[in-house]
Amino acid sequence: MSVYDGFKKTFWGPTVAWKRLFTKPVTIRVPQVYREAAERYRGFHVNDWDKCSGCGSCAKICPTDAIKMVPVDITVDIGKKAQRPAIDYGRCSFCGMCVDICTTGSLNMTREYIHISDDPDSFFFLPDETGIHHDTPPIGYSRDENSELLDLERVEMEELPGEERVQSFIEFVKGFSREQAIAEAARCVDCELCIDACPAKMDIPRYIESIFKNDTKEGIEWMYRTNPLPSVCGRVCTHKCETVCSIGNRGEPVAIRWLKRYLMDQEETEDVIKYAKEQEIVKKGSGRVAIVGGGPAGLSAAYYLSLMGHSVTIYESKEHAGGVMRYGIPRYRLPDEALDADIKIIEALGVKIEYGKTVGRDITIEHLHEKFDAVFLGTGFMKGRSTGVKGADSEGVLMAMPLLESIRDYLRGDSSKKPEVPESLIVIGGGNVAMDVARSVARLQKMEGMPVDVKVTCLESSDEMPADLEEIVEGREEGIKYFPSRGPKEVSLKDGKVHGLSTIACTAVFDNDGRFNPRFDESDESMIEGRMIVEAIGQAPDYGYLPESIREKVQFIRGRILVNEKGQTDLPWLFAGGDIVNGPDIIHGVADGHKAAVGIDEYLSREVKL
Amino acid sequence: MSKEVKLFLGPNHPGMHGNSSVHLYVEGDTVVRARLVPGFLHRGFEKLMERRGWMQNLALIPRICVPEPDINEAVYAMAVEALSGTEVPERAQWIRMIILELARIASHLMALGGVGGSTGLYTISHWTLADRDRILDIFEKITGARIYHMYIVPGGVRKDLPEGIESEIVEFLDYIESRSDEFENLLLKNRIIRTRTEGLALLTREEALEIGVTGVGLRATGLPYDIRKIDPYAKYDSVVFDVPTATEGDAFARFTLKYYEMKQSIRILRQVIEKMPEGPVNAKISSGSALRWRVPEGTVYTHIESSRGEYGYFVVSDGGEKPYRINVRGASFPQGLYGVERLLAGTRIEDVALWLTTMDFCPPEIDR
Repeated sequence: MSVYDGFKKTFWGPTVAWKRLFTKPVTIRVPQVYREAAERYRGFHVNDWDKCSGCGSCAKICPTDAIKMVPVDITVDIGKKAQRPAIDYGRCSFCGMCVDICTTGSLNMTREYIHISDDPDSFFFLPDETGIHHDTPPIGYSRDENSELLDLERVEMEELPGEERVQSFIEFVKGFSREQAIAEAARCVDCELCIDACPAKMDIPRYIESIFKNDTKEGIEWMYRTNPLPSVCGRVCTHKCETVCSIGNRGEPVAIRWLKRYLMDQEETEDVIKYAKEQEIVKKGSGRVAIVGGGPAGLSAAYYLSLMGHSVTIYESKEHAGGVMRYGIPRYRLPDEALDADIKIIEALGVKIEYGKTVGRDITIEHLHEKFDAVFLGTGFMKGRSTGVKGADSEGVLMAMPLLESIRDYLRGDSSKKPEVPESLIVIGGGNVAMDVARSVARLQKMEGMPVDVKVTCLESSDEMPADLEEIVEGREEGIKYFPSRGPKEVSLKDGKVHGLSTIACTAVFDNDGRFNPRFDESDESMIEGRMIVEAIGQAPDYGYLPESIREKVQFIRGRILVNEKGQTDLPWLFAGGDIVNGPDIIHGVADGHKAAVGIDEYLSREVKL
Repeated sequence: MSKEVKLFLGPNHPGMHGNSSVHLYVEGDTVVRARLVPGFLHRGFEKLMERRGWMQNLALIPRICVPEPDINEAVYAMAVEALSGTEVPERAQWIRMIILELARIASHLMALGGVGGSTGLYTISHWTLADRDRILDIFEKITGARIYHMYIVPGGVRKDLPEGIESEIVEFLDYIESRSDEFENLLLKNRIIRTRTEGLALLTREEALEIGVTGVGLRATGLPYDIRKIDPYAKYDSVVFDVPTATEGDAFARFTLKYYEMKQSIRILRQVIEKMPEGPVNAKISSGSALRWRVPEGTVYTHIESSRGEYGYFVVSDGGEKPYRINVRGASFPQGLYGVERLLAGTRIEDVALWLTTMDFCPPEIDR
């Protein structure tokens, strides 16, 4: 059959159109009639400035380059940037990918679609929550789980299960494989919010990009620009970067810490030494610098100073360098091998470490001042604080730091004296050190064939506990019990031995001004049973090595040394950093060491010129 | 003695479909030779795609075809899915069919309107464009945009269907069917159009095959070549439909086939709405954020049946975040380039626009 046959030619056929003369037109009169756009319409943008973090992911995904991040005059917290997206509607294709990738969900599109203006600038528009005509139009297109362009879930890190890991001090986080690391690096949107949050201002997005490109050498070089302890920080850093990670707004933050560790796991220490030496800041300094304390701050300062060409000597009172990294943090979180690798790299640059030399005992600060051009203090917070409650001076009440040190010495084989393993332990304190003690002792108990009996009590409620959430959760998995919101009242003794801790309820830890000022409810008293008590309520500095003549000339603020932005004290030749300046935190130590190195270098160059 | 005159059809000409030009060498009223002069539209789509991420390209690719952008999205998505080995959720496949078939109807309506425009009978184009607008309303509700939907994405579709859209589609299908009598009278039975188009722009099967014409051009020569049947994609193997063919190979046969195909599309859509399962609509092609999606190394050619014939994407990936190379097989490339230069001669000047319309001449597919 031919298609010609299907339709018979007619003369009058087209007259069917005439009846349309009497029907209503299908067109509408604009602007008298406003046509509502569909519910998902991709019209002009709105952006909730309170929510927006200025991460710039919208500008990065924009296929037409229509979005520019514009600096705005607002004050923002760390983790946000004082910039907001502005959209050039001459370029915008209204694809809505900016909405789909928005890390906070602040950016949406409205159902408004008409904008007529003789002002061309009005088409370059900085959206706020009121929209292009400031009339808060109804929201049109917004993201849902199908249009999501972020990857909100972390690549799962392989870990030993709680029951297995509590049997030994073996590091239970296994680290990423190459595929896992690349997949995790692919989650990053390169927003750089993490850089602002990192005390050392590490170029995190750059080394994540290196991982994504599978270029570990480049990644390690990026890390060493700002942090000479990546193996350590890749395991135990407080990861303030992850707290502000823009992916964390709606999902799990990028596992920045594990990615850092991954890079170091990939390369042989000999290769890393090569990369670590290839840093841009190499200069020809000629000063002699003494560093007191081989902890994070001291090692960091030593690395950068020796890169700058200065000869550096670290005075370390103990048998090994590392400070809190060696003697505080338990082995299952930071094995000696990781720390050794980082220190070996720093030593390879020519840094001399005098082990077992205690400043103040074996050598005086004045002597160092004579022998060296500058001195850096990084002695840390190695002294424990006591609660001072009745009975706290009893025999079975220990301090956290010495106990952790003895456990690590024993495990390393430096000390044959086995730490006493109690059948039950009470830890006072809710921070990471308290968790370290609790989890270490739990392991010792298991290794002794005993059941885990460790109780952690602290003033803070379970939501307020300062320890990392993962520490608390992992501790629970290992069998640790928590008694939050309890204040210690008295150590209960039986036959002169610790029998338990009587506690009272703590109703509030901080007052309205946010100051530490705990309040208790005496009527709510209870007893926690335990045969040993460890106080882990914080650490303090020990300035015993500083003679009176120097202490007079250096300013202290609440136990910490006051320095300028270059780490310099009021004595021009004396620099300080780390815990004794910024409080206990490894990454602050690294940052302070770097800052002080730059400061010392400047100070020494000036000296030479004069 | 006759004198050869050169005329420019386009780029600015009511009979030209887009930014392209055909240089006509005429003697009297008859075209002796014709030369296609592309380049007015050239935005280097293919080259631009090499500079954008796999997801970002979605804002660019629909623009290769204005009346039927969705085919680009679908065929690109299929290519990326094939390379990355992504299993597209079943519901997404069915939703894609809704979009593609609605787009086919919209495109065919526009093409039929074009026949009216090229013959000076503008009532037809007013009607078809007004009816096409109803499809755009449906698109707006489903995708959030009227023309460039950017809705079919690698891995599925961007959002699930809005609630109650099925009944609106059925309502539209009923409506468009109710208009068939009017369309037939105005277009297919119309003596003026019949006289102008019967026997015009003849294309034999041999010529069609030689230069690579597909779609209604080839089917009007009696060959039932339809990718939906030959190499079914989405869920076309789960619905029943016919491939209309004709033997005349002329302009009338071609647009009449389009009219028949619209009816088949309506048939398909009714089945889709009945059979469509619930379920997820999107599977990500890669882990990570869209800025860092990677597609494994490989080469793939995917093709689908557009309203103008076989539409294909040849995609090469080097395993990176961007395509290494993409080549677009525009459905109207053969007739637009070889057809114009080899077959247009002998046509009268007033029929050239009609020739181009019924041959499915679409500049962006040639000039990409």
